[in-house]
Amino acid sequence: MLLSEVGYARPHTTDEALGLLGEHEGARPLAGGQTLINVMKARAAAPDVLVDLNGIAELKGIELGSDGTLAIGPMTTASELIASQEARARPILAEVCSQIADVQVRNRGTIGGNICSSDPTNHLPPLMVAIGAQMTIAGPSGERTVSADEFFLGVYMTAVGPSELLTKVTVLPGRSDGFSSVAVGRDGTCIVNAAASANGGLRVVLGCVGAVPELVRPDSADPDAVRSAVQAAAVNPPSDVHGSSDYRRALAEVVAVRAAKQAIERAEG
Amino acid sequence: MEAGAGPAGMSRITVEVNGTRYERDVEPRRLLIHLIRDDLDLTGSHVGCDTGNCGACSVIFDATLVKSCMLLAVQADGASIETVEGLGDGELSPLQQAFSDHHALQCGYCTPGMLMSATALLRENPRPSDEEIARGIQGNICRCTGYWNIVKAIKAASGQEVDE
Repeated sequence: MLLSEVGYARPHTTDEALGLLGEHEGARPLAGGQTLINVMKARAAAPDVLVDLNGIAELKGIELGSDGTLAIGPMTTASELIASQEARARPILAEVCSQIADVQVRNRGTIGGNICSSDPTNHLPPLMVAIGAQMTIAGPSGERTVSADEFFLGVYMTAVGPSELLTKVTVLPGRSDGFSSVAVGRDGTCIVNAAASANGGLRVVLGCVGAVPELVRPDSADPDAVRSAVQAAAVNPPSDVHGSSDYRRALAEVVAVRAAKQAIERAEG
Repeated sequence: MEAGAGPAGMSRITVEVNGTRYERDVEPRRLLIHLIRDDLDLTGSHVGCDTGNCGACSVIFDATLVKSCMLLAVQADGASIETVEGLGDGELSPLQQAFSDHHALQCGYCTPGMLMSATALLRENPRPSDEEIARGIQGNICRCTGYWNIVKAIKAASGQEVDE
């Protein structure tokens, strides 16, 4: 398919990329392209200039700090994260990344791209909220850090502004996490998903049921408590070809219970 | 920044495909699959869905399996790419022969992508289980075979026994 005409730049540093994004109104960062290129084919997005982040080494890779904190470069691919020794400090990350689409998409698609595209069916937005990730955003006036709770603003919208970039995802170590989804095919598009974390208080986060991940805080991982908490959230999921709103609402309870159970079992394990 | 910076216009790229170097001028909006098929005349890689689902356009890009309808040609500047044309050297490779022996294709449309996914899988995992093969080709859709014969062919190509 033929895309609309578009400019292209391949900077080597974050500063260069920020300069380009600030210079051209209508410029847009290109990460793995596994969403954006298709969206451009469908003409749902028509950026004037693509600022390709694939040449920026400083945005790639995963570092494990001496206190166990993970600093994930947003241009790290899902496959690189799955293979990373460092990422084992938070095993749920690789578990969930290995459920994204297929080998080819995981090889090219990036952690930052999955997060910043903020598609409600994506895997990582609810996971980031559940595990309390911190997002570092760089822009013309410097760096700021936004918690995952505050990061997702709407469908395809995040706290990253037009001339800004997500430059780091910070995750604390921990094992007491869970994830459950019902997807179209084994690792396909999620119909409903839920991430949970029991490091500290129990956090269960629903995906695919609204514009942004929906955080609920059940009193315990007891299935009835989790179901009640999901019901109290009164989500109003969209209906589409894969499921009605009612079906998604019912599934949300199911996947929330499963994710919470997995998180708690690992906390006790 | 590299050549190609700035809005619109053509960019000169150099790319190696199956060991041959090519230089071409491309528009930034050109997809990699169209560079491969239309500019380089390597028509083994197919366009199936053009939405990143079917995997018929799969190629190995700098040692990594990708779908070439979801990359831009300009991103291939400096890259080394393998397509299905690179597998056989005038005759069928053992993997291609196994596809033939085990009836792993009918219409053949998905086959170039399947072969590239299988090639990438076997490099990483020389003796994959049925489950690992299924996951290795999960990004490739076949509408003819029901996949079983493809899994058998890949397993046979890895030197393992398969039930007939």
